[in-house]
Amino acid sequence: MELIVATSVGAMTAAGVYLILRLRAFPVILGLALLSYAVNVFIFASGRLAVNLPPVLQYGDAQYSDPLPQALVLTAIVISFGMTAVLVMVAIGAFLESGTDKVDIDPGDEDEEEPVK
Amino acid sequence: MGEGSNLLVIIALLPFIGALIPGWMIRAGRNACATFAAVPTVLALVMLGLLVPDVMRGEVVQARFEWLPQLGLSASFFLDGLGLLFAGMILGVGLLIILYARFYLSGDDPMGQFYTYLLLFQGAMLGIVLSDNILLLLVFWELTSLSSFLLIGYWKHLPEGRQGARMALAVTGSGGLAMIGGMLILGNIVGSYELTDILASGDMIKESDWYLPALILILLGAFTKSAQFPFHFWLPHAMAAPTPVSAYLHSATMVKAGVFLMARMWPALAGTEAWFYIVATVGLITMVLGAVIALFKDDLKALLAFSTVSHLGLLTMLLGFGTTAAAVAAVFHIINHLTFTAALFMTAGIVDHEAHTRDIKRLGGLAKLMPITATIGTIAALSMAGIPLFNGFLSKEMMLEEASHTYWFENPWIVPALATLGALFSVAYSLRFIFHTFGGPVRDDYPHKPHDPPFGMYAAPALLVVFVVAIGVMPFLADPLVAVAASAVAGETLHPHLKIWHGVTPALFMSIAAIGGGIVLLLIHRPLDRLWIAAPRPEAKAIFDWLLAKLVTATRWFTDVTHNKSITCYLAIFAVASVALGFAAWSGGGIAPPTRDLVPVPPLVGLGFVLLIVGAASVVLFHRNRFRALVVLSIIGLMVSAGFVYLSAPDLALTQISVETVTIMLLLLALHFIPKETPKETRIGKRIADGVVAVVAGTGVGALAYAFMRRDVDTISGFHLDNSYEGGGGSNVVNVILVDFRGYDTYGEIIVLGIAGLIIYALMQALLGGPAGRKLRNTDFARDLSKDRHPLMMVVATRVMMPIAVMVGIYIFLRGHNYPGGGFVSGLVIAIALLMQYMASGFAWTQSRQRIQYHAMIGFGVVIAGLTGVGSWLAGKPFLTSAFGYFEFPPIEEFELATAMLFDLGVFLTVLGAVMLMLFSLSRIARYAGQSVNLEPMDYDPADRVKQLEEGRE
Repeated sequence: MELIVATSVGAMTAAGVYLILRLRAFPVILGLALLSYAVNVFIFASGRLAVNLPPVLQYGDAQYSDPLPQALVLTAIVISFGMTAVLVMVAIGAFLESGTDKVDIDPGDEDEEEPVK
Repeated sequence: MGEGSNLLVIIALLPFIGALIPGWMIRAGRNACATFAAVPTVLALVMLGLLVPDVMRGEVVQARFEWLPQLGLSASFFLDGLGLLFAGMILGVGLLIILYARFYLSGDDPMGQFYTYLLLFQGAMLGIVLSDNILLLLVFWELTSLSSFLLIGYWKHLPEGRQGARMALAVTGSGGLAMIGGMLILGNIVGSYELTDILASGDMIKESDWYLPALILILLGAFTKSAQFPFHFWLPHAMAAPTPVSAYLHSATMVKAGVFLMARMWPALAGTEAWFYIVATVGLITMVLGAVIALFKDDLKALLAFSTVSHLGLLTMLLGFGTTAAAVAAVFHIINHLTFTAALFMTAGIVDHEAHTRDIKRLGGLAKLMPITATIGTIAALSMAGIPLFNGFLSKEMMLEEASHTYWFENPWIVPALATLGALFSVAYSLRFIFHTFGGPVRDDYPHKPHDPPFGMYAAPALLVVFVVAIGVMPFLADPLVAVAASAVAGETLHPHLKIWHGVTPALFMSIAAIGGGIVLLLIHRPLDRLWIAAPRPEAKAIFDWLLAKLVTATRWFTDVTHNKSITCYLAIFAVASVALGFAAWSGGGIAPPTRDLVPVPPLVGLGFVLLIVGAASVVLFHRNRFRALVVLSIIGLMVSAGFVYLSAPDLALTQISVETVTIMLLLLALHFIPKETPKETRIGKRIADGVVAVVAGTGVGALAYAFMRRDVDTISGFHLDNSYEGGGGSNVVNVILVDFRGYDTYGEIIVLGIAGLIIYALMQALLGGPAGRKLRNTDFARDLSKDRHPLMMVVATRVMMPIAVMVGIYIFLRGHNYPGGGFVSGLVIAIALLMQYMASGFAWTQSRQRIQYHAMIGFGVVIAGLTGVGSWLAGKPFLTSAFGYFEFPPIEEFELATAMLFDLGVFLTVLGAVMLMLFSLSRIARYAGQSVNLEPMDYDPADRVKQLEEGRE
């Protein structure tokens, strides 16, 4: 199981990194979403893996999985949704304003002022 | 802490408090302003006076407050002999300068600002000499750099002033940076940042391997501040400041800070070979070089500036010798140099003020026109030359005496010879100051007819020359102060006896040679000056400017290379750097053997894994078709949720699957407005390179995850499991952590989520108002639309599902504390239920049935959560402490009510509001784009059809 989880994390990270290195906004957003999955699973896995031991208290001496990473990841999932949403909106705005959804600024169309000397 | 300690703290704080006042008082006039600048100085001086008896008895007055004990930083002050000497100088000369500046500054100068800067600077200097903690000392050290920058650049309209200020800041500031490093090393060696501890562990420091780096770094700070070669060049350029500033900063205080530091650290650092060869050599070079240059400067203040450089070199050299006799000479010369140089600077200022020029070649004959000024200037300059019966002679004799028996690399001649040469030039420039300014015939081409200034202006220098003569004739007057200060420097009790006549010693012959040679030099000054002007020599300012320009070019190049406006490039740098750092950490230490057995994998989980891997691969391969990539992404998300279910994280699974739904809906909506395909535009080379980076990053992260999953580690999770029920009143530990143990985090997080929602709303608002809005209005999205936008089946199904979904949401919310669920999940579930209405029945139809604004929902959510936290204050508990109890409502079984539930309600409302606001903003674009709005819930309503049919039949 550990091997499977580690491989999944690795695969999602690799796919995410590859996608965020693309030149258009949409693949970058997909890449970030994939990276969030990977990071969330990674943090969750830091609590070690356990099957059928949810951290919901039972009577008697029961075993539980580690609740702390779960709580952290829960909030992380929601926050990464917020982040994705903001990015999507920025991407739409950039596309509507400039007519292209490239993430890089072309050296040609700089509208930045020259630094004051 | 006794009374003395309290006084000490007040003395250290007074200038800073006082600095606030002159800026206000300038409205009451220049005299009031100067008076109120003088008041804190006088008060501090009086309090210092009260402490004098204690210090003279050899006691050390101490005061100490903890500031950041974790860092070893404390606000501790102490006053010993050396501190007393310097504090007295800073406050005493400060007072004189305040008086002098009142008359020197013209009506156009903002005087309130001047006194504020001056007092700030005074406070910073005072802080340096009184600090008993080297970190605190560093703070004050940087403050002097900053406040002197303000003072040097006081005349903002003068480019020289601004450039001089910048140069001073650049040089002393970078020296200060080096010193921070040195002080940190020093503190590490000793294990304490308290100066008293450091001074007591000199042997430990000198034996440490880190002694040399610490020494060099600290000396860099001291040398830059005290204008030692090769950092001497900033001081003359700082002369663009008003003369009171020059007199204060460059004779008595700022430039002495470096000397002070060397004297202060003397017991800890001095006495080694490294110390001698670095400090004494640099001091010697500076002394000779400064004196030579001073002789050929025509600007009175430049002459004095280089003379100051030379005298600072002398002091540095004496401290570098590392003998107690040299330390005594240094302390004595600090006092003497202060008196005559401050007086000379003020004299130069008076000449400038009256004759409107400081150029020696345009002056001369002033003795007859301004006799009082000439007398003051002559006495002070004679003392600087080292003529007997003035105080400069005494300390210069002691210096020559020390130099006469100092060996430099076993050479007995080089130090005495160079010291005599320095003294010789010193005589020459001092005499030039006298004869070329005051001597000679009266001229008739002064820019302004000079005469003696009002009493207030020459009072300060006059008082100083009284000291010059008094100490010069009766050196024993200075005995006690020199004794107590020199003892503090040396760290042992010294009893120096200062006297005029030491008998026939080598120093006497050296003095005679210096005076004779100096007179000769002055006589042949004219031809020498022509030679000097003709000779090529490096111009420090040009070199500095060149270096600065190069530095700017280099940094600009570096910025351009790394900051090339390509976010792809930054992300690649970031990914590669992270992997490299991870690899470095990985290869750093051994790794313990695995302690956990592998959990077996059932076939179904294996299938999910395959799906996930295939999904990840397909997203990468087919990401150009954006719809397809999105669908595959949702499969990956589903597999992750399934994984959470299997691996005992039901809460996570619930959250993941609902967030997944919302995210995909959001992206689908977004795809409506942006291109559906990603064009192929990267070369195969870049794709391979990116692939390599990605695979390396993935492998690293995966390996790390695998490594720690196989090993056990102690965590604090046990605490949460043990206290969840008794302390938090809930059996779902994850939920209790969220709303109770780590409630504050959650509170912050819902605020972030709310802000994200508002950002999106604001972005959309701004976007629609701008050119993008106009563009949108002219875009035709019709080709993407379905003919039947609101299918009957979907409308009916969503409406039937709405109450069920809301019920499920409430159920999830209520059970959250004890079973998987809670505010986050239920907020998302209800958001999805509402979204379904939007999707099925259309925007306008749903919108018209919406009663509560989403903004308000976010606001109420945050406020409810916050008030729940505040409520615990009323019960005298810390913020967000939860309370709970069990109640029985007759028809229902026993029921738990907890304040945590109220907090969760806040979470619920914020999540719901934020998610809805985000999607609502997106759908607004569609409306803006001229998409028609259906007034009926369905495009095709069968009820209408039935009605029509019936009408047709009739």
